[in-house]
Amino acid sequence: MPKDNSTVEGGIGAATVRREDIRFLTGDGQYTDDIVLQGQTHAIFVRSDVANGVIKSIDTSAAEAMPGVLAVFTGEDFAEVGGNPAGWLINSRDGEPMKEPKRPVLAHGKVRHVGDAYAAVVAETKEQAMDAAAAVEVDIEELDAVTDMTSAIAGGGLVHDEIETNICFDWGWIEDNRAATDAAIKAAPHVTTLELVNNRLVPNAMEPRASTADYNKGTGEYTLYTTSQNPHLTRLLISAFVLGIPENKLRVVAPDVGGGFGSKIYHYGEEALVLAASKKLKRPVKWTSSRSEAFLTDAHGRDHVTKIELACEKDGTFIAFRTETLANVGAYLSNFSTVTPTFLHGTLMAGNYTVPNVYVNVKAVFTNTAPVDAYRGAGRPEATYSIERVVDMAARELGMDPIKIRRKNFIKPDQFPFASAAGLEYDSGNYDRQMDKLEVMIDRDGFSARRAESEKKGMLRGLGLNAYVEACGIAPSNLIGILGARVGLYDAATVRVNATGNLAVMVGAHSHGQGHETAFPQVVAEMLGIDPMSIEIVHGDTAKIPFGMGTYGSRSLAVCGSAVVRATEKIIVKAKKIAAHMLAAADTEIELRDGQFSVAGTNKSVSFGEVALKAYIPHQFPIEEIEPGLEETAFYDPANFTYPSGAYACEVELDPKTGKVTIERFAAADDFGNIINPMIVTGQVHGGIGQGIGQALIEQTAYDENGQLLSASYMDYAMPRADDLPFYQVNHDDGTPCTHNPLGVKGCGEAGAIASPASVVNAVIDAMQSGGKNVTHMDMPLTPSRVWEAMNAKGV
Amino acid sequence: MYNFEMTRPSTIADAVKALQDEDAQALGGGQTLIPTLKQRLAMPSTLVSLTGIGEMRGVCMSDAGEVCVGGATPHAVVAREASAFPGLAALASHIGDPAVRNRGTVGGSLANNDPSACYPAAALASGATIITNAREIVADEYFQGMFTTALEEGEIITEVRFPVPEKSHYEKFVQPASRFALVGVMVAKYADGVRVAVTGASEEGVFRWAEAEAALNANFSADALDDLSLGGDDMISDLHGSGDYRAHLVKVMTGRAVSKAA
Repeated sequence: MPKDNSTVEGGIGAATVRREDIRFLTGDGQYTDDIVLQGQTHAIFVRSDVANGVIKSIDTSAAEAMPGVLAVFTGEDFAEVGGNPAGWLINSRDGEPMKEPKRPVLAHGKVRHVGDAYAAVVAETKEQAMDAAAAVEVDIEELDAVTDMTSAIAGGGLVHDEIETNICFDWGWIEDNRAATDAAIKAAPHVTTLELVNNRLVPNAMEPRASTADYNKGTGEYTLYTTSQNPHLTRLLISAFVLGIPENKLRVVAPDVGGGFGSKIYHYGEEALVLAASKKLKRPVKWTSSRSEAFLTDAHGRDHVTKIELACEKDGTFIAFRTETLANVGAYLSNFSTVTPTFLHGTLMAGNYTVPNVYVNVKAVFTNTAPVDAYRGAGRPEATYSIERVVDMAARELGMDPIKIRRKNFIKPDQFPFASAAGLEYDSGNYDRQMDKLEVMIDRDGFSARRAESEKKGMLRGLGLNAYVEACGIAPSNLIGILGARVGLYDAATVRVNATGNLAVMVGAHSHGQGHETAFPQVVAEMLGIDPMSIEIVHGDTAKIPFGMGTYGSRSLAVCGSAVVRATEKIIVKAKKIAAHMLAAADTEIELRDGQFSVAGTNKSVSFGEVALKAYIPHQFPIEEIEPGLEETAFYDPANFTYPSGAYACEVELDPKTGKVTIERFAAADDFGNIINPMIVTGQVHGGIGQGIGQALIEQTAYDENGQLLSASYMDYAMPRADDLPFYQVNHDDGTPCTHNPLGVKGCGEAGAIASPASVVNAVIDAMQSGGKNVTHMDMPLTPSRVWEAMNAKGV
Repeated sequence: MYNFEMTRPSTIADAVKALQDEDAQALGGGQTLIPTLKQRLAMPSTLVSLTGIGEMRGVCMSDAGEVCVGGATPHAVVAREASAFPGLAALASHIGDPAVRNRGTVGGSLANNDPSACYPAAALASGATIITNAREIVADEYFQGMFTTALEEGEIITEVRFPVPEKSHYEKFVQPASRFALVGVMVAKYADGVRVAVTGASEEGVFRWAEAEAALNANFSADALDDLSLGGDDMISDLHGSGDYRAHLVKVMTGRAVSKAA
């Protein structure tokens, strides 16, 4: 459904303003912490201030005796219930399954990172709970912490004694390609080798996590209000793995959620604790994370240490990529922590290129740090960064233009569908077209003049660029099942036409900043020829929506949007039957146009509203042929990922006296296939680039050798602010449609974060080299002090 | 935050009296104290707010030509009204963000003496006089190391008098996260000499860079600093920069402050 065919005002292709923003911007959003239930009590968690230690004893008696205290829980109370599982089983190269230590609701026996909760206090007020939490007496025998992956592998202390190693798995992809890749690199005329770090990030959603549980002793039903990107998945994990509450007795509601970026995909122990406490106390129990707790306990992102080699011919033709990566998973396996560094990373290691040999080795390593999991991009930023940094370095070594070397190796438009050497089938793309667009956007010809201007001021100027391709719209169940997923990844939608002609569309995708409440109605309105404002999106409540796997991996529109299309198609089929009956015609004669059902070749018609009313007031209705009502559900499981791609460029000015980098220009040329709402897409790209620039320049997550988080607040952890960022040039016109979903759309939510760090770093290296500094690489974040140190290191 | 009593006196005398209670704590704009309380890192019995004391608010000129700033005057007011001392007004206009500048006070900043705060550099570079309810303290004697000052328990900064220099400029290089000064240098040129005060850098808090002052007295230009260097050993070394980096920045920022001095 390309936008040019749109006949509906506010339909596909319209840059409609986001309707949900009115309530967000005027303070009328309803977030979990805004929900106040009758008789509500408050939970506070007691967290470890050491990174590794044996819990010798916990004495809760003093805390229990304090005013307002209703209950104190420890790990012992949850010893008999299940652990929070990893969602993907990864097998090591030798065929052994990954090591999977239990992740309990509360730490039991041992604490494994600073912030690991070993007790929780529930009291009448939050202040009483805080007072009592401080009175819980614990005796922890502190052990040496393992925070660094290299020493964790080399035989530092064990994070989990029972698995007798800190290596979760040693994964090879594709193992059958290993020997050929090794041989190709050995024989290659040129090999560029780069060791790099993909820096660890703290997610920092604007709204911290919060959970309120409400057990109804009359019905035995639990309701959990929680900050989740996927309420059904949370319900599934709690029901099937952790507490064993039957799914039909557990309702999970994720109301307005103030950003997730991955960190709210996962089930966390706090959710299980408030549920169990509510059952015990027969009262609602609320917990809201402080920002300090968020730093210590939200699943962090990235944290890879990688060695990548690119083998090529002297003319720049790529022969092989070989990667060895250590991926930090932290102290426990979070739900997506095992798939992120493997299938979401290794399968992208051919990039946009026709390179014939790719081999990736990833060792996942336990450390005494917060769990690490998917964060905006999840594995693909790591892949793009590694590839596009080493390609840039190879171009420099070979004396080739960075655009030419990429174009030389690009998969060409007529080669799609293309089976990449890393095991994916890219369905569509036109990488040269994106690079063409980028070249126009960046005014490359004017760069030398701009550089000269900077140099007049004593500054250096650099231009960096990169290509990217990523796999998103995460699905399809058949494929991911083979790869080790323990869930399916389809999505579902119900379209309910009410008697008065307006619609409620229940979707499995959850919106926490993505704009679903605006974009999904555009699709339905386009198909039915009706006003999008007559359509409401309902999401985030397991009691209201049929099912859903939630929002992450840029999957909402590609997967759930496709389910919306399928359900709406079913509505059209049934509505035509009703219209045919009303117009005394055959349903094959009925056409739907501009919200009117008409008999082809006649002027006889009924409106969509009249058909809706007839469905619910079925007088003189052929009930033997057509059921009353007008409501349809569809589940959609796609045939493949979608493959957004593009080319990015960054131009920086660098102050050699201070090391300060300023981004002067930034351009993004993206291929997202067909576009439903270009304004929302632009916003998604802007936000993603902001996060990518944050990673590249300022976001620095540092643990000391004792496992204390040094950057544990905004005093030390820098988040990008408006004046850290330039005005972006963004273009996502002329995309190549996805070939396998009905809308022809590709995911756009993560691309900005995936693609932007490489161009920033490439630009800074370019600036340093122009200043006569032989710096070929430095690791993110490129903070002023680190840049200055790199430029003033010995021998540079 | 723990519970506490709150009082908002309208005279200096009442404030001094209220602060005699054990565990009473003066509250200026609260830009440091309130976050500390929220973290439960302090447990005062009573907060004595100083912002309701009319005689401690506002900017005026003394007969001696000093810019006089009431201790409870917010940064935003200094930025707007201290035009007689443009270097001071500009410094005030770049502290924190608008919310901080509308709440935070000069007295609060100087009493706290955060090693990365901006005002200590202004006070020390201008040879300001810190007026309290009890006495007058010259800046050279007031700052006694990180978070340490000459103030006695319960003593309140009621006013700060800044002599107006011929030329001055404050050059700040911000720490990327907090945006406090990673290094901030105030250069002020007076008829009787140049003063250079450095904040953010030293383990000892704000300090005067004597060698730079001597060089600039001889030749008030950035070139005069070329042969100088500072050691990094006594400088703060943390996630955001080594001691050597900070020492280097002191020189760079001093040079830029001299070049921009007006």
